[in-house]
Amino acid sequence: MSERLPKVDEALEGMARKLADMIEGGGPEEPLMIGIRTGGAWVAERLHVGLSLKEPLGMLDIAFYRDDFSQVGIDPMVRPSHLPVDLDGRNVILVDDVLHTGRTIRAALNEIFDYGRPASVKLAVLIDRGGRELPIQADIVGTELHLKNGEHVKLQGPEPLSLELRSEVDG
Amino acid sequence: MDRANIQVDSAGSLRHFLTIEGLKRALLVELLDTAESFAEVTEREVKKVPLLRGKTIVNLFFESSTRTRTTFELAAKRLSADVININVPASAATKGESLLDTLHNLEAMHCDMFVIRHPDSGAAHFIARHAAPHVSIINAGDGRHAHPTQAMLDMFTIRRHKKTFQQLIVAIVGDVLHSRVARSQIHALSTLGVQEIRAIAPRTLLPVEAASALGVHVYHDMHEGLRDVDVVIMLRLQYERMQGGMLPSEHEYYRLYGLTEDKLRHARDDVMVMHPGPINRGVEIDSAVADGPRSVILQQVSHGTAVRMAVMSRAMQRSTVTGSVRESS
Repeated sequence: MSERLPKVDEALEGMARKLADMIEGGGPEEPLMIGIRTGGAWVAERLHVGLSLKEPLGMLDIAFYRDDFSQVGIDPMVRPSHLPVDLDGRNVILVDDVLHTGRTIRAALNEIFDYGRPASVKLAVLIDRGGRELPIQADIVGTELHLKNGEHVKLQGPEPLSLELRSEVDG
Repeated sequence: MDRANIQVDSAGSLRHFLTIEGLKRALLVELLDTAESFAEVTEREVKKVPLLRGKTIVNLFFESSTRTRTTFELAAKRLSADVININVPASAATKGESLLDTLHNLEAMHCDMFVIRHPDSGAAHFIARHAAPHVSIINAGDGRHAHPTQAMLDMFTIRRHKKTFQQLIVAIVGDVLHSRVARSQIHALSTLGVQEIRAIAPRTLLPVEAASALGVHVYHDMHEGLRDVDVVIMLRLQYERMQGGMLPSEHEYYRLYGLTEDKLRHARDDVMVMHPGPINRGVEIDSAVADGPRSVILQQVSHGTAVRMAVMSRAMQRSTVTGSVRESS
């Protein structure tokens, strides 16, 4: 099954190229990159270096903003979010590894707005696997992946980054 | 009945928080780690997360308290829960039935968590045993028995400064025997694996055999007891003990056991000075020490909110489903 999976390096390169085009083509000024832990943070770290962004990298842990607390509780691995600069009026590039239902991004946006009022937020994801449950779309997509119901793709890391396919057996 | 066991469910997750005794080290560390993330929330522009939105938390205080009740209230509000404060004067409450009546009435109002302070040891356990299955009980101090959230915020403060617990020598000074704070601190410190716990107190307040049951080393002299300690925790002198003839005069107590810069010289250079409050200046601690560079007394208060947020949110999560797989989405 793994031959179906895209190469992480190629998807990252695709993301970096599209981001560079967006920034150079009059996109967000002095963009502030924020990665969503844990997979999105690994992707953001690489992009931040690759694009030589001047502003420090931010990290978001959305554990306290998930909409499934009453079902699954708090992630025991929760770590503090770290946003090193004031978000008011800033152009944010939010980075995640896999875009699926859109619920993680919903949670991340809510958390970002608890820190301040950014001028804009762009969403960049390594993989868009479809299956949205909310009206959320990415501005930058590394690669698309079509998965069956019950299949999940997970980014493993931090070094090296690789993709893993998991199947959920119903029942 | 095993008092410690009703605190955790079959999966080992927190249901109630009644005492440190019987809780595993991993669970205490998890609480401290979670509190670390909540501490970051309390420093933000919007000091609030939506975790307990729609939940109702009742602060049920049968004994007066400012600091503890306020930080519990703040913690609940920062978790987006609705909070009700009920202060029941001790004289108006009788034991047993009326306590349960209060509980069942509040349950009928669909409350989800009770934070309870009560002058009787075991009150929080009693309520936890009779509470509806969906209700969590947090002990905010019961008699001489336990004050587990205070102990956890003290552990949080120690870990922030000392990073690990393993090498530490910690001295607890004053009325250790009658203090619910000290009892919870001793359980927490020993579960987290400090090198040595000392109790420094007059003989009347600390019979040797009582202390050895708790696994602490007993000192009756401050100079000896404070030698090479990393952390010194002062306890509030409770005046009722003095009236009962258990102690010499206030002045004499201060001379022997009051923490002064002079006595503190026996401790390590980087010693941290703690006190659960409220402090009696010039009785158990000199103002110069309480306000001095080694004092972390006000930090303890600040950490109280984050630690209580961690305890409340952990106790509110239901582990029947905590095993389910998390997927990024």
